[in-house]
Amino acid sequence: MAKQTAIEKDGTIIEALSNAMFRVELDNGHVITAHISGKMRMHYIKILPGDKVKVEMSPYDLSKGRITFRYK
Amino acid sequence: MISYKTDEEIELLRESNLLVSKTLAEVARHIAPGVTTLSLDKVAEEYIRDNGAIPGFLGYNGFPATLCISINDAVVHGIPGERRLQEGDVVSVDCGVLKSGFYGDSAFTFEVGIVADNVKKLLKVTRECLSLGLEKVEAGNRVGDISSAVQENAEKNGFTVVREMVGHGLGRNLHESPEVPNYGRRGQGPMLKNGMVICIEPMINAGKRQIFQEKDGWTIRTQDGKPSAHFELAVAVRNGKADVLSTFKFIDEFLEQKA
Repeated sequence: MAKQTAIEKDGTIIEALSNAMFRVELDNGHVITAHISGKMRMHYIKILPGDKVKVEMSPYDLSKGRITFRYK
Repeated sequence: MISYKTDEEIELLRESNLLVSKTLAEVARHIAPGVTTLSLDKVAEEYIRDNGAIPGFLGYNGFPATLCISINDAVVHGIPGERRLQEGDVVSVDCGVLKSGFYGDSAFTFEVGIVADNVKKLLKVTRECLSLGLEKVEAGNRVGDISSAVQENAEKNGFTVVREMVGHGLGRNLHESPEVPNYGRRGQGPMLKNGMVICIEPMINAGKRQIFQEKDGWTIRTQDGKPSAHFELAVAVRNGKADVLSTFKFIDEFLEQKA
């Protein structure tokens, strides 16, 4: 039976770290560090603690992610 | 946490995995046009219980059956039901058992009657991917070496790799770390060491790689409705080399006999 892995997940920002990194709590309760995608930086999309975001992940490292979207 | 197994534990795992291989061969005998998938499930459950084991998938996270039977555009985790097999279908049968505390897990994609040429090629390529992946299993290599071998061969032949579903470690639990994706780069991921047991399971689509989950909460289908193939074997790393725990030998023997 194949295992279902996290690739795209929704989460909530819990803390802003330095260097545009954030601590994000995923909907399944896991806490990961994630950085903002370059495209979002280019368009000056600001992120604050409490925002709902979409995070992209890789099965190779489940402790890090990449924020690709901020929900309104 | 990756758990490393002792030689004794690997022997127990081999026993479980051989039973899975035999069960799949038993299921192969019953695959024919007009057979319902539920009856295949019964065959497998009886066979497993007769051999002193219990079905590994039954009740796993609430899965309601012994086998995962996924027809055509279903990638994996299909629930057996009243659907009858038809000439030209491809059926992926995924089976797991729990015997003396250890899980076995393996899958094979069968052809029902005569299937289209491109589907035949899909099955051939997927199986190739699996053996290429197995070749990379060696102490000191990394999971990414397996992944890239699978991905390269699939994409070279014009097929796509499912990303949301991955292979996994195997042992006292059905799913253990590490995750073994079917896509990636060489040299990435955790290192393979003696005592590791993993399941390599390429899931290759004929069309696009996107998939979706059906409302039943299990069945995974391709979004474009094109067929998908799935093969799975369990392999241990032992004395620095690959030791394949499950085998398609019984199935191949039967299929040859039939042909």
